[in-house]
Amino acid sequence: MSSEKQETAAVRVLGRWPSPFVIRVLVALRLKGVLYELVEEPMGNRSELLLASNPVHKKIPVLLHHGKAVSESLIIVQYVDEVWASQGPAILPSDPYARATERFWGQYVDDKLPSAIRVLRGKVAGDKDEAAAQVAAALQHLEEACVQCGQGKDYFGGDSIGYLDIALGSHVGWVRAVERMARVSLLDAAKLPSLAAWADRFCAHPGVADVMPDTDRFVEFSVKNDGVLKAN
Amino acid sequence: MVEKGVKVFGMWASPMAIRVEWALRLKGVAYEYVDEDLANKSDALLRHNPVTKKVPVLVHDGEPIAESTIIVEYIDEVWKDGYPIMPSDPYERAQARFWAKYADEKCIAAIYPVFTSTGEAQAKVVHEAQQCLKTLEKALEGKKFFGGGDFGYLDVIVGWYAHWLPIIEEVCGAKVVTDEELPVLKAWYDRILAVDVVKETLPPRDKLLALNKARREQLLSA
Repeated sequence: MSSEKQETAAVRVLGRWPSPFVIRVLVALRLKGVLYELVEEPMGNRSELLLASNPVHKKIPVLLHHGKAVSESLIIVQYVDEVWASQGPAILPSDPYARATERFWGQYVDDKLPSAIRVLRGKVAGDKDEAAAQVAAALQHLEEACVQCGQGKDYFGGDSIGYLDIALGSHVGWVRAVERMARVSLLDAAKLPSLAAWADRFCAHPGVADVMPDTDRFVEFSVKNDGVLKAN
Repeated sequence: MVEKGVKVFGMWASPMAIRVEWALRLKGVAYEYVDEDLANKSDALLRHNPVTKKVPVLVHDGEPIAESTIIVEYIDEVWKDGYPIMPSDPYERAQARFWAKYADEKCIAAIYPVFTSTGEAQAKVVHEAQQCLKTLEKALEGKKFFGGGDFGYLDVIVGWYAHWLPIIEEVCGAKVVTDEELPVLKAWYDRILAVDVVKETLPPRDKLLALNKARREQLLSA
């Protein structure tokens, strides 16, 4: 039963679960203990609310905070970190050099992974071998960054998950799914020991586990929606 | 032995490198500028930025940072008591970052084809570039600068248009930013060119024109 005058949640996220970009926003909000409403965007048909909130790109995720729209996942993550600075762990570190380093790798992740993953899932046409090589090369660099940034601790952010953990970790669901679908080894524990171990820790983190489902569900989603037949 | 001080690895004709200079100068920070030959990159550059190997790179007390937009935010944070570059309000900061990303991902991609095309094909891409810039222009409406009353982050990021775009237009024989199509952006050019840090650093017009003419000839004959 809905009341005539519905109260809109102060924090709403326009999105859909399989999007790594949406997952980033949800993890950030959960880390900060911020209550939010996830407004599911239907597949294939952009809602009026999305078009009004993100007229430039018409893409998810969009954060609506008291009705004001913030778009672009890593920009939203920083916004969440700044607005709710007084609660929860810091998402970006306080040291400017460490912040710049995490931002650099965050941008690197988005330059190298999403386009290659789209090819590997069969969502977009392309050379799968080339795409796999691109992901592997990128993850090799990130393995080194993992050792440097983390300094022996559990996450890139140290003892708790931070900006780069969120930026890269959000892609782990799809990375593991395409490993299975395209039959390639990407997060290879032999080649990338630190990163592989970190990936398991990230996925098991309480702020993450509820918003990033098992690999099975990603594969299921891809088989159903990505339009290309995948043998298993 | 840690090398103290601030070094900028850049290239005299690079709009990305100039962003870093503007940010440092706004803060009154002295720096050494290393002009790279991009066809023959120095060992130092490759050592400081092995991942993307691009300019600009800021080296602060021996520690390197790459990616101009990230470097500008770093400068703002380190020299936080100096001129404020980023807006202080989180929502305004998000907007500034959003438009910086839009400009660097969409507008550059829209402008580049103007440079590499001719004739009818060029007319089409000029129109597309104008649409892209019109979207960006909305963030400027009713304001002196993208930053509001003062030269701010987004001005640092896109201010290069005021000097580079008219040169590119001259080289290609195209008119993109006109009084008819982009009056607000065009009017902002003069304000940008009057800013001290901009005046101090702009590469000489004739040199930039000659370089871009040569580049275009090369691209069209390939």
